[in-house]
Amino acid sequence: MNTLMDVLHHRPGWVEVKDEGEWDFYWCDVSWLRENFDHTYMDEHVRISHFRNHYELTRKNYMVKNLKRFRKQLEREAGKLEAAKCDFFPKTFEMPCEYHLFVEEFRKNPGITWIMKPVARSQGKGIFLFRRLKDIMDWKKDTRSSDDQKDDIPVESYVAQRYIENPYLIGGRKFDLRVYVLVMSYMPLRAWLYRDGFARFSNTRFTLNSIDDQYVHLTNVAVQKTSPDYHPKKGCKWMLQRFRQYLASKHGPEAVETLFSDMDNIFIRSLQSVQKVIISDKHCFELYGYDILIDQDLKPWLLEVNASPSLTASSQEDYELKTSLLEDTLHVVDMEARLTGREKRVGGFDLMWNDGPVSREDGAHDLSGMGNFVTNTHLGCVNDRKKQLRQLFRSLQGQKKTPN
Amino acid sequence: MRKAQGSWERRILKSLNSMCTELSIPLARKRPVGEQKELLNKWNEMGTDEPVLDLSLFRPVYAPKDFLEVLINLRNPNYENGDSHSFRTHLGLIQVPLKVKDIPELKEFFVELGLTAGQLGVDDSTQVPPELFENEHVRIGQKVLSEQDSAAAQQYIRQGSPTALRAELWALILNISSQPEDILYYEQLKTNVIQHDLLVDSLIYKDVKLTASNDDYYFVFEDYLYQVLLCFSRDTSVLGHFAYSSASPPKSYIRGKLGLEEYAVFYPPNGVIPFHGFSMYVAPLCFLYHEPSKLYQIFREMYVRFFFRLHSISSHPSGIVSLCLLFETLLQTYLPQLFYHLREIGAQPLRISFKWMVRAFSGYLATDQLLLLWDRILGYNSLEILAVLAAAVFAFRAVNLMEVTSLAAAEAVLADLSTLKVMPLLQIFLFATVT
Repeated sequence: MNTLMDVLHHRPGWVEVKDEGEWDFYWCDVSWLRENFDHTYMDEHVRISHFRNHYELTRKNYMVKNLKRFRKQLEREAGKLEAAKCDFFPKTFEMPCEYHLFVEEFRKNPGITWIMKPVARSQGKGIFLFRRLKDIMDWKKDTRSSDDQKDDIPVESYVAQRYIENPYLIGGRKFDLRVYVLVMSYMPLRAWLYRDGFARFSNTRFTLNSIDDQYVHLTNVAVQKTSPDYHPKKGCKWMLQRFRQYLASKHGPEAVETLFSDMDNIFIRSLQSVQKVIISDKHCFELYGYDILIDQDLKPWLLEVNASPSLTASSQEDYELKTSLLEDTLHVVDMEARLTGREKRVGGFDLMWNDGPVSREDGAHDLSGMGNFVTNTHLGCVNDRKKQLRQLFRSLQGQKKTPN
Repeated sequence: MRKAQGSWERRILKSLNSMCTELSIPLARKRPVGEQKELLNKWNEMGTDEPVLDLSLFRPVYAPKDFLEVLINLRNPNYENGDSHSFRTHLGLIQVPLKVKDIPELKEFFVELGLTAGQLGVDDSTQVPPELFENEHVRIGQKVLSEQDSAAAQQYIRQGSPTALRAELWALILNISSQPEDILYYEQLKTNVIQHDLLVDSLIYKDVKLTASNDDYYFVFEDYLYQVLLCFSRDTSVLGHFAYSSASPPKSYIRGKLGLEEYAVFYPPNGVIPFHGFSMYVAPLCFLYHEPSKLYQIFREMYVRFFFRLHSISSHPSGIVSLCLLFETLLQTYLPQLFYHLREIGAQPLRISFKWMVRAFSGYLATDQLLLLWDRILGYNSLEILAVLAAAVFAFRAVNLMEVTSLAAAEAVLADLSTLKVMPLLQIFLFATVT
């Protein structure tokens, strides 16, 4: 189920370019980007789907470094309380260079569980949990020998992160949230949040007794697919609307508002932390897949940011979500130059940050201050995108006809 | 009616017994201690277990369509098909002349659903400012809850329940409060499950695996379903509802004592043999209740008040026979062209809508819509709304249905109800259609 090709082929006026032809739009691989971006000339109107050094946000070790640095800066400029708003990622140490810092932290918290993740791999590969230093001593020895034989690249970087032991459970199962954020530029920062997304469930019941059982702890669909309990019909996903309703009926609407507003905080601050580092080329835009974990106190944690979120559909519902997501992404990118640039909503995307917070009320003064942002976001809310798009394009047509 | 119910029950029991003999599995047996311990350990994750027996050997005792065939063949032996013009022209499948409400009577019965009253499911949509209805309605709901007024709650919920208040409101209306003795009772049932294994347990496992576990949303609650249904089948207090039901609990005899009344026991202990889809009665409740004993009590009460009527033959206005007749009559009276067309192409409408009504639409509607519908079942203490909704769905898709030329095509048009908004549909059908 190739959502991307379907959406691109169906877009009126768009033609697929083969081989060496000139293109105006490229949904590229990060590997192509790495090899070709620097020596590819692009006209002003050309658009490409990644930022040159997106890895500052999407590679776990860089993201952590940038976030730590941003936090320090915030503390200097605005105080401890403000900096604490960046405490949405579990304590993380880059390996092997921060090994000693890690050991110090490890010794301060005996008995807790840690998770080791390779910085550059996806779909849950290479991840494991541990509680004893001994476990990683063994692993250190193993990886050193095997990796050298397999690849030419040096020993892979990992991060050791504090494992969240009290995840929020539904039906006894652990889950994480996949949320989509579209960044049109970093300087100034313009970011859109998609209303739809989903919760991905682990197939097995959560317990801390079996940390070796990756099926219990890792919720990526790719891992769950290999679990013996996996039944493909299930898909093990809930749309965010369902998740939001479930929480509201259990905890009430205010608690849910707070949770979602805390998530907005994660998106914005994570982007702000790399704002000055990412090369903000006007040709670039990027659709990120954020992975968020909720704990039992309804606090959201950032697990990671994906530069190339999976666009393969696991079910009919998933297909519709992803094709709508891509269609609306293309609407916002606006190769057809139909938008005025003042829109706060396009289909399922709400403008979350426009060089400053964007408030929900039309025309009202944008919210000030550095509180938790009350932004123009509607994550997990009704997504009547078709209707909105009809109204939007009709009014844009109207505007074009009437002379200024 | 009772005769028909009696013969239906005999059929079901025969089927159960023959399955038992074929597979050489006892209807009940005591679990060995090792097995008991294991089950206790796995109590919270029974969904992960592969059941001891091969489930493919089991057939559900019956499916809704088998039950429909029985209902279609119901005839009143006292009824003379003479000059009673009105009933002879009934073109539907149900041939029993029960009294059902017509639209004017339904409008009166469901007056709070009218166009001039606010509704959750209509007036809480994003375009409507909450000051118009929603805020005040929530405030009243909170007041009703704080005063613990069950009758007021029932009246209130006719206009729908706010998401955050629903669990408590339903508990108030159903008179469920989690007293220590209730929790103890549930624990006792759990112990019964641990100690004895029943043949119906395998039927329950199979049903959950086939229906709820395969559902895009309810799969998450698989474990709760086992915990509720296994206990339910051992709950002899459920036998109490047979006093006002036309059904009687099936009986079985201790081995070797067939026919001797002193050795008769009700089987299963609660007298209810589950059919294909039974677990869907419980699944939506998992959305609201997370504590097992409370979830259990709510389900049990819902069953003995409402759900039992959906799979037993009686003349009660909320019984499935009346609901079927109400559905057919509404359709034939107010959408005669559609009804006639479907009948001509061999797609009797009841054949499609029956499964919706038997399951109270669980698994067919989106969960939030289903809960709004069940709010009204509680509020009006009647299941008639299921028949009205079924007719409203046909009315909504009438244009497409008029173009189909086969039963399969008609089924396809009505296969996906997950996008429907229940309250606007009901309002349009009852209050806004020119008759």
